[in-house]
Amino acid sequence: MMFLQVWLLPIALLATATILAFPLSRYTAWIMDGKYRPLPVFRWFEKRLDSGPQNWKQYAGSLLLFNTLMFVFSFLVLALQPWMPLNPDGKTLLAPSTIFHSVISFMTNTDLQHYSGEQHLSNFSQIFFGIFNLFFSAAIGFSALSAIIRALRSDSSLGNFFLDMWRVVVYMFVPLAFVIGLIFITQGSPMTLQTSHAVSTLEPGAMGTRDTGEIKKQNIALGPVAAFESIKMLGTNGGGFYGMNSAHPFENPTGLSNFFNTLAMMIFPFALVLMYGRMLGRFKHSLVVFTVMLVLMTGTVVWSICFDTLKPNPGIAGQSTERNYEIPSATSPGKVTVTLPAVASLPVDQHLGNLEGREMRFGTSAGATFAALTTDVTCGAVNAEADSLNPIAALSPMTGMWLNCIFGGKGVGMINMLMFVIIGIFIAGQMVGRTPEYLGKKIGAREVKYAMLAVLVHPVMILMPTGLFAATSWGLQAISNPGAHGLSQILYQFSSASANNGSAFDGLGVTYGFWNAAHPGPSAAAFDIATGLTMVFSRFIPIIAPIALAASLGAKRSSPFGLGTLRDDSFTFGFLLFGTVVIIGALLFLPVAALGPVAEHLGPIPFGG
Amino acid sequence: MKNHPKIITLETTQELKGVPYMSKEVPKILKPAPDPGMPPGPTRRVKPRGLLEKETAKVAIKQAFITLRPDLQWNNPVMFVVEIGAILTFLYIIEAALGGSESQVPISYFISLDAWLFLTVLFANFATALAEARGKAQAESLRKARHDTIAYRLNQTGEIQEVSSTALRPGDRVVVKAGQTIPGDGEIVKGIASVDESAITGESAPVIREAGGDRSGVTGGTVLLSDSVVVEITSETGESFLDRMIALVEGAIRQRSPNEIALTLVLSAFTLIFLIVVIPLWPMAWNAEQYMMTYLGLRAPLKSLGTDIPTLIALLVCLIPTTIGALLAAIGIAGMDRALQANIIAKSGKAVELAGDIDVVLLDKTGTITIGNRNATTFMPIGKYSASDVGHFAAMASSADATPEGKSIVNLFESQNSVPANVPPAANFIPFTAQTRMSGIDLPDGRRIRKGAPDAVIQFVQANGGSVPRELGELVNRVASQGATPLLVAEENSIVGLVVLEDILKPHMSERFERLRRMGLRTVMITGDNPLTAATIAKRAGVDDFLAEATPETKLAYIKKEQTGGKLVAMMGDGTNDAPALAQADIALAMNAGTQAAKEAANMVDLDSDPTKLIEVVEIGKQLLVTRGSLTTFSIANDVAKYFAIIPALFAGTLPWLKIIDIMHLHSPTSAILSAVIFNALIIPALIPVALKGVRYRPLGADALLRRNMLVWGLGGVVLPFIGIKLIDVVMVSLHLVS
Repeated sequence: MMFLQVWLLPIALLATATILAFPLSRYTAWIMDGKYRPLPVFRWFEKRLDSGPQNWKQYAGSLLLFNTLMFVFSFLVLALQPWMPLNPDGKTLLAPSTIFHSVISFMTNTDLQHYSGEQHLSNFSQIFFGIFNLFFSAAIGFSALSAIIRALRSDSSLGNFFLDMWRVVVYMFVPLAFVIGLIFITQGSPMTLQTSHAVSTLEPGAMGTRDTGEIKKQNIALGPVAAFESIKMLGTNGGGFYGMNSAHPFENPTGLSNFFNTLAMMIFPFALVLMYGRMLGRFKHSLVVFTVMLVLMTGTVVWSICFDTLKPNPGIAGQSTERNYEIPSATSPGKVTVTLPAVASLPVDQHLGNLEGREMRFGTSAGATFAALTTDVTCGAVNAEADSLNPIAALSPMTGMWLNCIFGGKGVGMINMLMFVIIGIFIAGQMVGRTPEYLGKKIGAREVKYAMLAVLVHPVMILMPTGLFAATSWGLQAISNPGAHGLSQILYQFSSASANNGSAFDGLGVTYGFWNAAHPGPSAAAFDIATGLTMVFSRFIPIIAPIALAASLGAKRSSPFGLGTLRDDSFTFGFLLFGTVVIIGALLFLPVAALGPVAEHLGPIPFGG
Repeated sequence: MKNHPKIITLETTQELKGVPYMSKEVPKILKPAPDPGMPPGPTRRVKPRGLLEKETAKVAIKQAFITLRPDLQWNNPVMFVVEIGAILTFLYIIEAALGGSESQVPISYFISLDAWLFLTVLFANFATALAEARGKAQAESLRKARHDTIAYRLNQTGEIQEVSSTALRPGDRVVVKAGQTIPGDGEIVKGIASVDESAITGESAPVIREAGGDRSGVTGGTVLLSDSVVVEITSETGESFLDRMIALVEGAIRQRSPNEIALTLVLSAFTLIFLIVVIPLWPMAWNAEQYMMTYLGLRAPLKSLGTDIPTLIALLVCLIPTTIGALLAAIGIAGMDRALQANIIAKSGKAVELAGDIDVVLLDKTGTITIGNRNATTFMPIGKYSASDVGHFAAMASSADATPEGKSIVNLFESQNSVPANVPPAANFIPFTAQTRMSGIDLPDGRRIRKGAPDAVIQFVQANGGSVPRELGELVNRVASQGATPLLVAEENSIVGLVVLEDILKPHMSERFERLRRMGLRTVMITGDNPLTAATIAKRAGVDDFLAEATPETKLAYIKKEQTGGKLVAMMGDGTNDAPALAQADIALAMNAGTQAAKEAANMVDLDSDPTKLIEVVEIGKQLLVTRGSLTTFSIANDVAKYFAIIPALFAGTLPWLKIIDIMHLHSPTSAILSAVIFNALIIPALIPVALKGVRYRPLGADALLRRNMLVWGLGGVVLPFIGIKLIDVVMVSLHLVS
């Protein structure tokens, strides 16, 4: 029973998503290859949108142009919020740095939120800033992957960006989001333009009383939640209607809605890996890549469940024995002994694991499962408090973001994995005694340059700002806990921004609020700008460089498979890819992992509390 | 003799069309026939030298120091970073010695750290310098063959003029007599001679070079042993073959192949990545120090090595791929060197590398798969004649024929009948011509005996009013289908019988083809034989495919067809008419004895003129790539263990509980870091032999080979440093070298 209670949800999720990936990938490949016959009205739109076949520069240019337009439009929506309709509560202007941050965050599919939806946004903004971006930013990575596939198979052009966007949004996101939205409505998610509903609390005066003595009612924030929520998950966006995200009872009312919530963010990342193989005509190859990703994902899920759901909260369990450490003294020769006293455990039943910050209506393992999955597929929604994960369990979501290719976001996850494929083949593939080849095409200096550039951006944008914020007041003022945990908070924030994930180790004071906020987060503006820039660089360089890489590779002569060629659909290749991802990932992030979660886990209790 | 070039072309095509044998003017000196019992293998011009010859080592050590100059070191970005790190550490030591900075670790730690950082750079420079020095030594031995000689130039008027060899221009004709050194690269335009090419090939047996044909090329610096010839010079002074070889061997250092450039890029990117990993460690470690100060209620922060600049530099040096960065240049040079030791001169390092990618190998049947000449094996009588009749007539017809085929007929007859084939003194020999495609003898009694191609002989018999036995056609076909060549023998108007000439396969060839197959290569035999014969020989030899009745045009078409399928094709050739196909092929190996046109069209030249060399070229190319891949994988896999040594050491001062990560249980933080740095430095000289000799290529198929190499170099690369670092730590502690 206990076993099922913990493991049924993750197993059901992984199995369902894997099974669904097969038919869905067939459908997406069919659509992206343009084999369908659109309805006349759709055809009319497609003809207007299709600006003709594009080469890689034109495609990338259109992508950047479209994002610029998204930026301008979203910026205007937020900047004009006080004067826009559907704002009966008179929500005023967000701090300028927060607008900058939010617009970039939603445009880049990151959805890191330095605001709280129900507090700071009107329904107009939720729809025209929120839902608008949720649909379109999600389609960009998808389109980019399609273009890369066409380039790799040496098509005459990379397709048309605008037509691709249309196909993704209209033929995939809209119908699926509609179905999933309906499911959420049946589970209790609101779908209304009403902004709030006043209710009398069960306990009179629970919300306090006015000066007149009148008992205050509770105002419950409402809005088009179901519509927001469905595309938020399907598009692996993760930006919530409410600040509490998928832990909020309106975003995610029941255990069943939680299952669909989680599943919705997995299906496209899963399917797109197989679509890659189908469109390339190398389905077995994509199955191997898929398997490697699935193994890694299983690893992160098992890790977080084992160290969170199956382990007590160390803060409560305490520390039974005293520990002594000798450390070299800074001031005098010899050593100083540091004693960590024993800490008595608190009388709290811990047999269900760490329950701090968990939504019990989803089950005990739902939080840990979700934390691992949401970071693997770079969704970034949360249904539990990530900050409350046991320290060592927090390594799981961080790993998901650091590797950024365990299925990853729709399209971009596969693109990131493609970079590891190229690097892995280039380094280890030489050991078969041939110039490294991928899909029969020789990997040369040009391809390697683009791949390394795409891979390089991610650690730069995580480690450099983390270092900067860890040693300056920007970071030190924002963290809720000093020491290793505080470092984890900063590290998580930049990891999330750079992976375009959007989940957060809450507790970091990054919310500025309205422009005239009385007590803004002390370094909210610094975080707004730093993570905003991180998201831009970590979004577009790892999309544009791979497109260039694919175009360069696709232009090459393809040599046939032979006995002497490295097979890309074998167990050996899967092992090679696994090793490449794990070793490169470990080399990049082991030191920060040691200073953050590991130091906190091994350290005294309370440490950094 | 004057029309020789034309005749040669004719002969070549005739032979390609399947004429059984031909008679040529008898060369006075015959190249000793290769001993069929000997396993095929190249003669090494330069014996693989010991890795550390005193002279080369001395030169290399000196060069290692010279390369420390930053502008030279810059050529190797990875080691340049190490050098900068070493210099910064040195400046830090000076500052510390002057009391500028204080640290909880003794200054001796910094000094030994810095010494090892400098040693890392020196080891790397030494590896490159050693490979260069070995290459230069090869070049030197070649250069010895190239000194000024006196040339005897023929003037327009036909007078002989004595000039220095350096004054010769292309187009000049010189006379070379026995005992003289050939003054420059060229082609024999008149005469035939035996040449001692040991100066360049190391092979002491003389070779035959003759005007016209495919064995007319001579190389400057070689010595004429007999006769006298007229040589037309084909190269400018300083651009001769030897000059280019020397330049090439020496230039291998500067000239990087595409794959090497790409790998350098990857290594630079990894260097950058690790710079990004290490730099933010300082503020993060500072953050931990500050926190621990307040946590423990101290007045001064608990210093760790994490905020110690030289230690962070050491970490960086350990992480960046120094091992492969140090050995990359040496691997490339050693690859060229190995080709050179196999007596192959590649026109570029790129060609050697490309050889590893070859998919299809075109091999000439004659000389490569079979021993150059066919041997008579059976006499088959027809009608009233006996086998010894056939033998007798055939032997008489061949008695004046000095070709190996002709001789083999005589030999077979004599060994079968134990009597010499007596030829009446007044007999008249009819030599082979391309038109008649027969040779023979007119006996004094008027009988005309002919032997030759079946159709030609049948025509001869019919012209004399004879008839052809019905079973003949079937017999001829049967012989042909067995891969042998039938020669018909006729006496006036009746067919006497058949002489069966069989190709003799070179020993061990089928094993070599099997090896190629396991390497993923397809072997294609090229022959002038008819498809029936070709198919049988191909089957017997074990090649994958054959191109029968090949002409230069069909060869070219075949290569183009394979290439449009994306395959890379290698071929070997020697004749002028091979030149278009050689130019088309991705890897073209020309024989040094071949014509200048063939050598120009090829991208490699085999000094031994050994047709089986292609196989070796492919293996050298593959070995080069395997070595590069293995050492890169090894280098990066090494980092895992170094992290386990260094991370706990870095933070032991502030976060002592991280000691749990130190699974090697190293003595102290400083000994852990020193051990990692020392391991990182020592692994470079330890791997120099691997870089120079190359990681052995095993034809197991790509997947099995990759598994094997990933296990040895990948997993080995992860595990070995754990052992190595621990060992160094133990040794240092037992010698009381660390506190």
